[in-house]
Amino acid sequence: MDVPEALRYTTDHEWLRLESAEALVGITAYATEELGDIVFVELPAVGRHLQKGEAFGVIESVKTASDLYAPLGGEVLAVNEALATQPELVNAEPYGEGWLVRLRADDPTAADDLMDAAAYRAQIGG
Amino acid sequence: MVYGPHTPADRERMLAALGIDAVERLFDDIPAAVRAPGLHMPGPRSELEVSRELAALAARNRVDLVSFLGAGVYRHHIPATVDTIISRGEFATAYTPYQPEISQGTLQAIYEFQSLLAELMGLPVVSASHYDGASATAEAALMALRATGRDRVLISRAVHRHAVETARTYFAPGSRELEELPSAADGTTDLAALEAALADAARPVAGVILGQPNAFGLLEPMARAADLAHAAGALFIAVVEPVSLAVLAPPGEYGADIAVGEGQPLGIAPQYGGPYLGLLAASQALLRQVPGRLVGRTTDLEGRRAFVMTLRAREQDIRRDKAASNICTNQALCALAATTYLATLGPHGLGDVAAGGAAAAHRLELALAAIGIERLHTAPYLNEFAVRVPGATGVHARLLERGILAGLPLQRWYPDDADLADALLLCATELTSDEDIERLVEAMGEVLA
Repeated sequence: MDVPEALRYTTDHEWLRLESAEALVGITAYATEELGDIVFVELPAVGRHLQKGEAFGVIESVKTASDLYAPLGGEVLAVNEALATQPELVNAEPYGEGWLVRLRADDPTAADDLMDAAAYRAQIGG
Repeated sequence: MVYGPHTPADRERMLAALGIDAVERLFDDIPAAVRAPGLHMPGPRSELEVSRELAALAARNRVDLVSFLGAGVYRHHIPATVDTIISRGEFATAYTPYQPEISQGTLQAIYEFQSLLAELMGLPVVSASHYDGASATAEAALMALRATGRDRVLISRAVHRHAVETARTYFAPGSRELEELPSAADGTTDLAALEAALADAARPVAGVILGQPNAFGLLEPMARAADLAHAAGALFIAVVEPVSLAVLAPPGEYGADIAVGEGQPLGIAPQYGGPYLGLLAASQALLRQVPGRLVGRTTDLEGRRAFVMTLRAREQDIRRDKAASNICTNQALCALAATTYLATLGPHGLGDVAAGGAAAAHRLELALAAIGIERLHTAPYLNEFAVRVPGATGVHARLLERGILAGLPLQRWYPDDADLADALLLCATELTSDEDIERLVEAMGEVLA
């Protein structure tokens, strides 16, 4: 299972890539396998401020619909508009074109509290 | 044939495994005060005894009455095709099946129901149906809350009381507000009051709900109300009577984001307590806010046309507390009746039904005016209107003794409204004959003399 070393992970199977104070957020390859074919992604309004752990959207597959939780607090700078017409990008490239939101982190050091690749790999048993 | 899944021996083994002496112990945590009293069922009876008792109950129905009662439920001729189709064994279930794709016929019928209603409503998304018009209206109000993130909904007091009361029940817990809009002098919704309510910036409005025709049978200025709602960032919700859509503008045309209604007039006989049929249509933008289920058309692996249950993932069995609604089912058999009715009549036939009712209602108005009974409101109506009759409730009772059901005394719905104390809401459909009208007018003249 693909778990890139450079990312941080949450217990809810989201990844976060910190680029100075900005954080790119998506869901992991493991999550996409568990969900199956993703058919719809509901994302927040740009400009909305999220608390860490707050549900900010819904990802819907043919099997289920799951909430997305903010891995850290911050303002939504951008959402992946391409997912409106191509939600399957999340399945195809969970760490690339299938990203979900870009946040301006309130406190970038909060990312240190998240799991590293080794810890996440241990969580998913891979 | 044993219908119970567990034998007494099975139950004994389960109780022993749990270490309890009776099934009732499992309910001990539920306080006695909120537990249902025991069921007092009569003992077994023979088929003959039961059919006699049911026949005696059925005989209490007054099927002999000349009826002018509408008030949300409308009598129409139901073509023989409706009963013939819905009586087929393949369709004999009230629900969509739990293994839906195995029942292609049921799914196709629901898909056709959605398609026919989409055409009538002028909106692209139609749900597989709901319990009744009142619960569909309440669901539409909740959709507006979810879609806008606001918590205040305005509903005209001239929307059917059952719909208002049901929405009120849905809104009771929590901080959500349901506010009634007053009527103007002509009987339609007071748009000045609507404008004022929408202008309160501190309490933004999620949705505005008006009936077309409204609960008094009157035609509302829907396009203007929709514009006002939209200008304030609120959704506009129309509560419609489906037969009227053959001659009135479809809700999608005047800017409704959601249209709901009671589907009973579409081939379902009036019956006390239902089952009825909730209609709910919405714009494409609200697709994922639609409660319940939808049926879609696709192709299977071999390229053949196939029907599937779609957007199920938002339902309660999967989304639990975050579900779009507590509804995980639909009224499949009633939806099938409506589908058969619409397919049998076609657009022209449905237009004839609507126009026939409107024409009969106009004749009724003129005949009553001739004996001095005038309409209460001045706004235009379609096939139902209120008249002013001194002592309306007593007159209604005396006409019933003469075999005439003279509509609904509006005091029942609006007990605190002095303007409506002497009002009878009368309805005509294509079934209303000139003879019926003569009988009403003659009896009314005698009772009032």
